[in-house]
Amino acid sequence: MMPDLGKYADAVLSAYGVSILLIMLLVIITLRKGRAARAALEAVETRSKKNG
Amino acid sequence: MSLTEDTPTPKRPSGFWSYANPVKFLGLSERILPAFWGLAAVSLIVGLIWGFFFTPDDFRQGSTVKIIYLHVPSALMAINAWFMMLVASLIWIVRRHHVSALAAKAAAPVGVVMTLIALFTGAVWGQPMWGTWWAWDPRLTSFLILFLFYLGYIALWEAIEDPDTAADLTSVLCLVGSVFAVLSRYAVNFWNQGLHQGASLSLDKEENVADVFYIPLLVCIAGFVFLFLALVLYRTGTEIRLRRARALQAREART
Repeated sequence: MMPDLGKYADAVLSAYGVSILLIMLLVIITLRKGRAARAALEAVETRSKKNG
Repeated sequence: MSLTEDTPTPKRPSGFWSYANPVKFLGLSERILPAFWGLAAVSLIVGLIWGFFFTPDDFRQGSTVKIIYLHVPSALMAINAWFMMLVASLIWIVRRHHVSALAAKAAAPVGVVMTLIALFTGAVWGQPMWGTWWAWDPRLTSFLILFLFYLGYIALWEAIEDPDTAADLTSVLCLVGSVFAVLSRYAVNFWNQGLHQGASLSLDKEENVADVFYIPLLVCIAGFVFLFLALVLYRTGTEIRLRRARALQAREART
């Protein structure tokens, strides 16, 4: 299944590995920050409703 | 004649400009985000698997040609992310819509990651092909400067406390940095002494890479475009919520 990358295996695999890792990190950080922002806004809105 | 007949009611913005309203923008992004995430995932998985496993080696470059499926789409998005930020910054400068300033802010970290991927994949591709990881070639150098502009843009947003002032100053920085975004794209056409080849994709079919590499490359480009759109929409929503939370907290503190 794995293609024969020959003498350039290191270059190709490191390009794919690092790029996929960076994209996954960007997506994970984006989603975590988004969830935290939703929770923070909900908490402030609930508090301000309670206080009138 | 009654007062209400005399006084013209303010016109609500319609069409595209109506999405300057944060609530309307969030409503639209909630509706279209699942489709963008889905399209990004499908096209990236299909394109990268197709490119990595099912395309042949190039007769000159060997298996390193497989790096094209990451290098070209990421470089394309690095430049176009800056242009999207430029348009959003101009809208902020001219029309003072907060959503556009926040969209520009949201796009910068995505652009910086795209630039980093383009620089890294370019270096590991360049080493076996050119015999060097790096050369002060016009395109490479303008791309490195674009990367530094991205970092400066993000740092400027973080450094200034007042969000409107930050939006003003980062918009000006974005206008200046656009010179390097243009150079990153067209440097190979201006100067011929560089190591970097010309465009891999062109409207002129004669100049394109061979079809066997071209179609999976288009799928990967579509994947990167949808990923960029999904990330920027989601991150803009996050910035809108954070801004609203800060405004409510400030109101709480006053009372």
